[in-house]
Amino acid sequence: MPGLLAEGPAPLLPDPTRPRRARFLRGIGGFIVRRLLLGLLTLFVASLLIFTATQALPGDAARSILGRTATPASLAALREQLGLKKPVVEQYTDWIGGVFRGDLGTSLAAGLPVTSLIGERIKYSGFLMLVAAIISVPLAVLIGAVSARRRDGPFDHVMSTITLALAALPEFVVAIALGVIFSTTVFHFLPSVGLYEPGVAPWRYPRELVLPTLTLIIAVTPYIARIMRASMVEILESDYVEMARLKGLSERLVLWRHAVPNGIAPTFQVIAINLAYLAGGIVVVESVFKYPGIGAGFVDAVSSRDMPVVQAYALLIAGLYVVLNLLADVATILVSPRLRTSLK
Amino acid sequence: MSEQAVAVAPAAHARQHRPWLLLLGDTWRQTRTKLGVTLVVLLVGTAVIGPLFAPFAPEESVKIAGQFILPFAAPSDAATLGTDNLGRDVLSRFLWGGRSVLALSALATVFGAVLGIAIGLVAAYSRGFLDDLLMRGMDVILAFPQLVFALVVVATVGPKLWLLVLAVGITTMPRVARVTRGAAVEVVERDFVRAAESLGESKRKILFFEILPNITSPLVVEASLRLTFNIAVIAALSFLGFGLQPPAADWGLMINENRQGLLAGQPWGVLLPVAAIGLLTIGTSLIGDGFARAAIGIQRGKAAA
Repeated sequence: MPGLLAEGPAPLLPDPTRPRRARFLRGIGGFIVRRLLLGLLTLFVASLLIFTATQALPGDAARSILGRTATPASLAALREQLGLKKPVVEQYTDWIGGVFRGDLGTSLAAGLPVTSLIGERIKYSGFLMLVAAIISVPLAVLIGAVSARRRDGPFDHVMSTITLALAALPEFVVAIALGVIFSTTVFHFLPSVGLYEPGVAPWRYPRELVLPTLTLIIAVTPYIARIMRASMVEILESDYVEMARLKGLSERLVLWRHAVPNGIAPTFQVIAINLAYLAGGIVVVESVFKYPGIGAGFVDAVSSRDMPVVQAYALLIAGLYVVLNLLADVATILVSPRLRTSLK
Repeated sequence: MSEQAVAVAPAAHARQHRPWLLLLGDTWRQTRTKLGVTLVVLLVGTAVIGPLFAPFAPEESVKIAGQFILPFAAPSDAATLGTDNLGRDVLSRFLWGGRSVLALSALATVFGAVLGIAIGLVAAYSRGFLDDLLMRGMDVILAFPQLVFALVVVATVGPKLWLLVLAVGITTMPRVARVTRGAAVEVVERDFVRAAESLGESKRKILFFEILPNITSPLVVEASLRLTFNIAVIAALSFLGFGLQPPAADWGLMINENRQGLLAGQPWGVLLPVAAIGLLTIGTSLIGDGFARAAIGIQRGKAAA
């Protein structure tokens, strides 16, 4: 159980089934196809789950949307619009068939096609997550590698305390605290909430982006740094690192050329999980800063019980998670020399 | 030196008879655990007995000489830390508002942990098809971030407290199940399990009395980690307006209600609950880290603490 009990919070999702994978592998191509099929299967069951939770639960979806004061006529109209009169299986196939045709239904609140509502928001959220990932992943790898290299030194101890504390904090606590420090109570040099105009690209709002991005970086970096450190500590004690040292290579070369590429491999899983976690984190962060991405859109849809929109976002986020995990698996194979050769 | 020798003897004794006593001892000996326990006791104490010291009822407006005070009033004699968005006493609402977050996140964690442990044990013990089915099922739930899953359910049924416990518990389950299965898979192979099987022990007895006691350390570590996350999720849900409904006093809700106060120069209605939730999660996380360090025996005397 070394992975589970690695120093600090255990990796979010250790994968105990991993060793068994070897049996099914037939080269890298076969491996990727297998993961892809498994991802699709997961996504299919996830779509069933979303559908069951939102539409097929016992009870009347139309009534729960409109409330007790709804008139029979409006209830009937909404049932018709949601397709609630059809058999459950047909409702599901209608919905999922629409997803494949790029038709996610019509928003109950806005009366517009769901796709037209979320397109712009995907761009905003994607940009936010990309900037956060580009900054936090190298930062975390650097912190983890240096902490492991200078294990038990002052840098390691300070970083270990800081990452533990920051990893524990909920995003909205970080978001509000940053708002208090930088935009309302202590200093006033950044906007606390942005005023965004529709149709303007997200990178046109550099000042508004600072706090949401910073919150996401603070949410994600500590985990990756801690896993990277644990993985590097193990590797720096391994025989081949000792070998590289004995060859007379400089410590810097040993660390960055020989140890880090192997140390990064187990970290990819955690990076992927954390990036998928970003997809959940943006829900809160975007709501706090009124950033017009899918997270804030999702919360709005939940508040107004706009079920077609809720379904679309939930499926989108689950899909993102599956894709990121797939990429992590592939990247782990490609980057890790030992696994790569064992697959050939 | 003599002090160490005395400490080792009972520890060796405990290792043989009560492994979890040793774990608790090693955990408690670390400074980080003591710091974490202090924080948690302080905040749980505030939440549980705080209402006894609250000068006002949670939903009562502050009056001076029969006149209502304005919203977001600065701290004064009448209201020690000023008033909130509706002219209610910030301090009183803070003292009343911790119970819900604590109770809901604790319930959700217990619920999810019990389900997850049961599923993980069954999966590890049965192997084969049932194992694959259960763990793939868990993977599907894992495809949703906890908050997103809870929000989907809330969108359908509405903001009910039991629903939050259920949703957060269900999303806790697969995470606990993975850890349980991972730890139990090795234990299942051991001889004492074979022995129990050949004695004709029931499957339930083997799972809960033979295997479970041998995987307590990873489970305790995981449970404290889950509690930390669940506090965050529950607080976030109520911050977003899907937990307790106004006019109830609740830390998450309070932050949302009083954000306007930040601009009006009355930060206390936000700062108190934000600090409380932040320190609480840091506290539970420190305790969890203490358990993790004790469990792998990496406690390196005072240097590690």
